[in-house]
Order: sequence, then structure tokens, then C-alpha cells
Amino acid sequence: MAALGRVLLILGLVVALYGIGASLHGARSGQLEWVQSGRRAVYTLAALMTLAFAILEDAFLRSDFSFNVVSSASSTTTPTFYKLAAAWSTQQGSLLLWVFLLSLWSSLILFLTRNRVREIAPYATAVLLGFGAFFVSLTVFFASPFGTTANPPLQGAGLDPLLLHASMMIHPPMLYSGYTLLTIPFAFAVGALVTGRLGNEWIAVTRRFALAAWLVLGIGILLGARWSYTELGWGGYWAWDPVENAALMPWLCVTAFIHSIMIQEKRGMLKIWNVSLILGSSTLAILGTFLVRSGVLDSIHAFGASTLGIPFVILIGAMVAVSIALVTARREVLRSEARLDSLLSREAVFLFQNLVLVAMVAVVFWITFFPLISEAITGTKVSVGPPAFRPFIVPLALVLVALSGIGPLIAWRRVTAANLRRNFTIPVAVGAATCVVLLLASNAAARPFALIMFSLGAFVLASVAQELWRGTAARRASTRDPVPVAFVRLIGRNRRRYGGYIAHAGLAVLLIGVAASSSFAHSRDVILSPGQSAGVGGYQVQYVRPVEHVTNAKVSFGAVLDLSKGGKHVSTLTTTRGFYPAPNDPGLGPISDAFNGQADSNVGLRAGLTRDIWTVVNPDLTPLQSEITAGDRAFLKLMTSLTPAQARQPAVIDWIRYYRAQAIAGLAARYVSHPWPIEFLLIVSPMVTWIWLGALIIAFGGLIALWPIPLRARRRAPARGSARQPAAAPSPPVPVRETVY
Amino acid sequence: MELLVILAVLAAVTLFVSGPLRRAAPSEPEGDRRIAELEAAREAKYLEIRDAELDHSTGKLSDEDYRVVDRALRSEAIEILHELDRAGGQASNGAGAAVDGR
Amino acid sequence: MDPSRKRAIRLTVALTAALLLASALVWTSFAAGQKELTASQLLSQAKPGQSYVLAGTVLAGSVRHVGTALIFRVRDPALEVSVPVIYRGIVPDPFAAGRGVLVTVRKQGTSFVGEQNSLTT
Repeated sequence: MAALGRVLLILGLVVALYGIGASLHGARSGQLEWVQSGRRAVYTLAALMTLAFAILEDAFLRSDFSFNVVSSASSTTTPTFYKLAAAWSTQQGSLLLWVFLLSLWSSLILFLTRNRVREIAPYATAVLLGFGAFFVSLTVFFASPFGTTANPPLQGAGLDPLLLHASMMIHPPMLYSGYTLLTIPFAFAVGALVTGRLGNEWIAVTRRFALAAWLVLGIGILLGARWSYTELGWGGYWAWDPVENAALMPWLCVTAFIHSIMIQEKRGMLKIWNVSLILGSSTLAILGTFLVRSGVLDSIHAFGASTLGIPFVILIGAMVAVSIALVTARREVLRSEARLDSLLSREAVFLFQNLVLVAMVAVVFWITFFPLISEAITGTKVSVGPPAFRPFIVPLALVLVALSGIGPLIAWRRVTAANLRRNFTIPVAVGAATCVVLLLASNAAARPFALIMFSLGAFVLASVAQELWRGTAARRASTRDPVPVAFVRLIGRNRRRYGGYIAHAGLAVLLIGVAASSSFAHSRDVILSPGQSAGVGGYQVQYVRPVEHVTNAKVSFGAVLDLSKGGKHVSTLTTTRGFYPAPNDPGLGPISDAFNGQADSNVGLRAGLTRDIWTVVNPDLTPLQSEITAGDRAFLKLMTSLTPAQARQPAVIDWIRYYRAQAIAGLAARYVSHPWPIEFLLIVSPMVTWIWLGALIIAFGGLIALWPIPLRARRRAPARGSARQPAAAPSPPVPVRETVY
Repeated sequence: MELLVILAVLAAVTLFVSGPLRRAAPSEPEGDRRIAELEAAREAKYLEIRDAELDHSTGKLSDEDYRVVDRALRSEAIEILHELDRAGGQASNGAGAAVDGR
Repeated sequence: MDPSRKRAIRLTVALTAALLLASALVWTSFAAGQKELTASQLLSQAKPGQSYVLAGTVLAGSVRHVGTALIFRVRDPALEVSVPVIYRGIVPDPFAAGRGVLVTVRKQGTSFVGEQNSLTT
């Protein structure tokens, strides 16, 4: 099977290269059959990659350890879901996943546009196949998923315990889907630039893909944040880690893009800007893919330094060079058709929003890459810690939130003072009232930035609510529908607008949660004996009793905690620390190596709408040390007393294993029967749940905006009016009423 | 066994990808390009008209501003429809329905 | 004010803002940045009592828990050199032998004591 897999990859490379040639030839010579053949090459690549991926997953499901990737990342004891997901926890599997997803989306867009954008499509096909060829060649020449060994081990290494969580396994496919979806508008932008057809066509056909990329990438980023919060033992959701930033930058860029294309659609402005934004987003996505696997910046995700760094640098360099060259060559055609009339207009708000987002990208980029930049300039790597981001990102985020509330309240082209009064009064009043109430009724004044974010968030929520209300009322005025029906129909017929407004509301909720949890958290590092309690953030946490759990894979020591507030019991939490065996460390005895490998935390979390109580434990094993050392000595004495022949007998091996397990179980029992004071980290943070809720609302809004229009509704409208020739009517009848957007 | 599968895949791929070349399909008439452009422009214009109407009904545009903007947008839309008629003879997707005058 | 003058003013304001942001970024990063030293650089440059940021990979087989402290050696990425680190504080979950780490250390005798909670990976 592995051989078939290898052949499929090589064939994929050949087909991709053929497709590039065929599409370009078809484009230059005008011979449609070559273009069609090129398109079929894309479909074929998708089929080949699907087959290859299926073969890989099949190997994982069968725990076929002759495949190197399977033995390195999975085991017979790994649960089935994680066996499938283990495929992309490896460098090789993740590359295959990337090109598999790329070929899927490419097939979809080319199928949807097979009768449209005939000039651009062949060049877009060539670009997409270019990416495909790049990634497939990486799997063929550098990191093959189908490498095999003649002597398969009996058991695989298993999945990294930190990855044994559903959100962590869905996170890479989401991120890769986001990155690969971004290549679609990139390819069509390049095609548009090459052919000089820089009207709205390339945007119209790829708009949904850009929006889908934005949605899916955002979900991927948030899944990572949630994993960090619920599974890692540091208590936060965002560390400004280089790889977190690597995914954030393209997301910020594509957020700017999905807004600014609206200005090009309406006014023919910002063509250079739009093209540059999408070229930039896609390049940042590839840069992100590169960062994770190059080891260039020390970080949590690094697949490790590898030979893949150089090909990626070349690809990124090529993307940047080609982008600049194309935009410069076409700058005449990219000239604006209109000018910005007034700073008080929706166009201006969109433009400001874009500038803020680009500024954020610049800040994140600079600080993340600073070690490399400083090394290039001064010769030493200088790193700037996460606190450096705050002074820049916080004010920019505040401006961003404000703009997301102002945009819906302003009309296109120009705004008058009367309009401002009509539209801003209520939302501004709500924002101001929130500010005053918080100042009077809480300690929010201690954190002015958080206070401003709360007030702006309230402003945005009020602005979205007002717009939904007014839209519903306007619709009811003509259709007499009941309120819920009018509401749903309003959104259904104006998906881009109201989907967007809902996403803005979600953003406000999310950032309110971020502001509250990062400014008003209470954290305590305490050492408690059983029965003792500590107060934190208005709660009392009592260490009730110790718990332990021993399996072949890990030894967990932890505690049961009782959470109460004002004397009333709130919840019981359990938190443990798991100790994994150290892999083949000759310096450790058979007992100590159970406790000196990797360790992970099992968070005891009580989440709520107003606040989360988050706990981890870090038991220090010193009191057991003398027994551990004695155990090591006893086992060593036992092992050396055996003859080599005895030591090889399966019965003896089994007995030693059993005896060792008993010893470890005994140590664990001692932890429970004679507990000693252990260290806890307790954090009470307000409104963390708002972050996840906000994210869900954003996703919901994004889905609405993305949802395709039923074909029926699209066709009905033009048919109604085109046969009626308008006379000199004051308002020429154009059939838009029933059109759905 | 695997060799057979590989050969089969190879054959399938070659046949599929070379399909269009063997058929030598006719080229597209030039006019279609212009029609696609105009149709895209028409949809965008409809969206603008719709947006203006929504802006007006939710109080972002005053009555006079709306009248001015709406008239301008609708005459731009009529322009595009006329151009479409000139370019391709059918200004809509559903040709049959248009002829009925529905 | 005619439109082209308006545009010129807007462009100037935007460019000035960008320049200010860029300057602020450059200034804070060079001012607040901490030099990352490799194991070999640390051995040659470190003076007792001063803190440095050590970057490298955790040497396989060197990780031990002794009491409340975590003891490990950090390898130089290029040379066959490693330094011992004694660290107390939060240990990030992904920490393991072979991983890249950053830790702030102070020289004490022949080994380096890690600052509380400064270990990142």
C-alpha cells in the first residue's frame, strides 16, 4: 500500500506540472481544450490526493507500524478518533493534508467558475497547481508520509499526550483549510493582474472563498486558544507565541480584505489596496505554515527544525516578488474610478478599519520576527516578550471595536448632521450609560482600558440591536409580517449586511470577555495541606483530599478541591498532574523514570457566565524520594542478579513489569494515605466564557454572510423586470425588491 | 496486485486529463466575456440599490438624499440593462421567462 | 478646500501616523529587548549576578526533579556544549527533552539558576 501511496504522490506531481503547462498554453493560444484539460488536472490531483490520504488513514487505523509516521505518532492503544487525527500531527501527514485540502477547494472553485471568468481562470488554475506541485514535491522529495521500515516495531510511540484533546485535533484541519482557502482569491488575483481584467469579476467569484477562509481560520485560532486555556497549565488563552501570531496575521489581513472589497464593488476604489491585501494575506498564510515547521523561532508548536525551511523561504520570496512585480506592472489599470468624498461616510470607516488592521499586522509581525530582524542588523538574537504587544494592540483594538459599531450606523458616500443624530443617539447613550454605571457600581475605574472596552462594546451591541430592530420594523411596514418572521426574513434577504452585523456583535462580546479576564483576574500561588483553604477572588478553595490514578501510560497525582463563596458550596473540582515515563533515559532507575519524563496538568475548571475558577496542582514528589531511590536500588539489584538468559524469558519480564507496577501503585497509595502540603495555582477570571460565546456569535454571523443564495431566488428577479421597457418614469422600475443578497 | 492498481490509475488519469484534447471542443464566442462583465456589474448595481433602500428605511439616508441616490443608481442600472440587451440579446438568465413578460 | 488638497492632507496625516507607529515599535523593541544567548555564548560571556536569556534545546537525559526544583541542561544549537540550569516555578506542559526553550538565568558558581516562572517553550 505504501508503494501505491508513493506512486500516487509522484503521479500527483506530474499531473500538477502538466496542468500548469496546459492551462498556460490554453490561456496564451486561446485553445479552450487545453484550458479544460488543465482544469481536469486539478480534479485529478484532488482524486489522487484523496486516495493517498485514504491510504495513510487506513494505515493509521490498522496501526500498520511498517509506516514510519504511524509508528512515530500512534499506537495500538490510541483511541480511534485520535488515530485518524494523529496523521496530521506529523510533519509528513500535515503536508499531505495541506495539499489534499488545496486540491479540494481548487476543484470546487474551478467547477463553479467553469463557464465564467474565462480569461482569468486558466492563470488561476496554473497558480493553484503551482502551490499543489510545491507541496506535493515536498512530500515526494523531503518528507514522505509513505516511508516504510522493514522491521516494524511492535508498538508505536503513541500520540503526544498534550494532543489527546478533541479541540487540538480539529485545530490543524481548520487552520489548513483557512490557509488553503486563501490561495483561491490569491490565484484569481494573480490571474486578474496577469490578464489586466481588474474589474469586480475576480472578487465576485472568490468572495465566498475569502469569507470561508476568514471564518475557518478564525475558528482554528480560537480552538487553539481554548486548548491553551483548558488543557495547558499556565491559565491563559493567548501567549503571543510566534506560532499563534503566525496564524493571527493572515486572519487580520483577510478581515481587512473582506471589508475593503465591498468598497471596490460599490465605488471601484481601492483596487491596488485589495489586490495587495489578498496577496499579503496568502503570503502570510504560507509564512505561517513555514514558521511552524522551520524551527526558526523557538516556540510551542515547532515541528522542529527541518530541511523544509529553505524551500519555503524560496516560495515566500517568489510570492512576494511576483506580487510586487504584478501590481507595479498593472498600476495604471488599478487606478481608482472614484474618490473618497467625505471622511464621514461608510467608505471612510471601512478605510480606517483597514488601516487599523494593517497596523496590527505590522505590530505583530515586527515583534514576532524581531529576534531575526535584530540578528540580521546587530548580529545577536534579541527577543521581546509578550508584554511588548499590549501598548500597541490594546489601543488599536479599542479603535477597531469603535469602528465596528460606527460602520453600521453610517450611510455610503456622505452623512449629514441630522443623520448622525438620528442614528447615533441611542447607541452612544447606551455606551455612555454603561460607562457611568460601571464607574459607580464596580471597580472598573481601576483599569481604564478595560472600562473603555466595556463601554465601546456596549455601544456596538446597541448599534447592532438598533439596526436589527429598525430593519425589522421597516420590513413589517410593507409586508405586515409578525415580528419573528420579519426578523428572520430581513436577515435571510440581506445576509451580507446582517451576517456582518451579527459578527460585529460577536466581536464586541469577545473583546469584552478578553478585557475583563485579562484586567480583573485574581491569581494565587499557594501551598496547602489537606483541610486547608485559601481565598482568591472572593472564593474559598479548600484542599479536601488527595487523589491518585495509575495506568501503564501515566501516573497522576492530584487533589479534590471544594469551592465555596460566602460559606455556600459552589462546586467540587478535581485537578491532577500526570507524570509520563521518561523515554529510555539510562541515568534513571526503573522507578524514577516513571516520574521524570514529561508532565502535564489536568485543569480543574468551573466555568460560568460571570467568572471562571481555574485550578492546577503541582505536587512536589520530594517526600517520596527516599522510597523511589530505594525502589531503584532494589530493582537494579534484582536485574543484576539475573543471568542474561533468565532476563530474556517472557515470564520473567512480565513478572518484573508487574512488580514494578505494584511498586508504583504503592507509591501512589502513599501519596493518598500520607499526604503532604502541595502547591496550587488558583485563578479566578471574570467573563472568560464571553470569549467563547463571542466566538460562536462571530462564527454564526460569518455563516449567515457566507450562506449561498438558492438558485431559484437569484433567477426570478431579472426575469421580472427586463421585459418591461420603462418610459420616462420618475423612478425607473428595476426589479430588486425580491432579490436576495 | 499493486502494480495492476497503479497501471489502472495511470490509465484513468491519462484518459481523463486528455479527454478535452481528444474531443477538440469549439472555442467560446468572444461576446460571452462582455456579457459576463455586464451581468456582474448589474448584480453589483442591484446590491447598491438594495443597500440604499435599506439605508433609507433604517434612517441613515434622509428622504431627499435617498431620492437622489436611488434615481442615480436606477438610471445606472438601466444603462447596464440596455448594454446587456445590445451585447447579447438577453438581459436575464431565464430567457423564456423574460419573453413571457412575467 | 479643493479635493486634491484634502487628499494631500489626508495622505500626510496617514503617513505621519504610520511613521509614528513604526518609530514607537522600533524604539520599544530595541529598548525592551533581551539578548538571547546560546549555551556557548553564555559560558563565555556570563558574569555572576547578572541575568541573561538562555535559548537552546533541552539535552535529552538531563531532566531531573530534585525537590521543588527542575534540573536540566540546555544545549547549544550548533556546538556540543550544554549548561546546567536549576529552575523553580511553573513548567510549561510541553516542556520535554529535545524541546526548544527560553529561560532567564543568573550565574551562580558553575551552574545557572533560573528566574522564577521565566521558562517558556
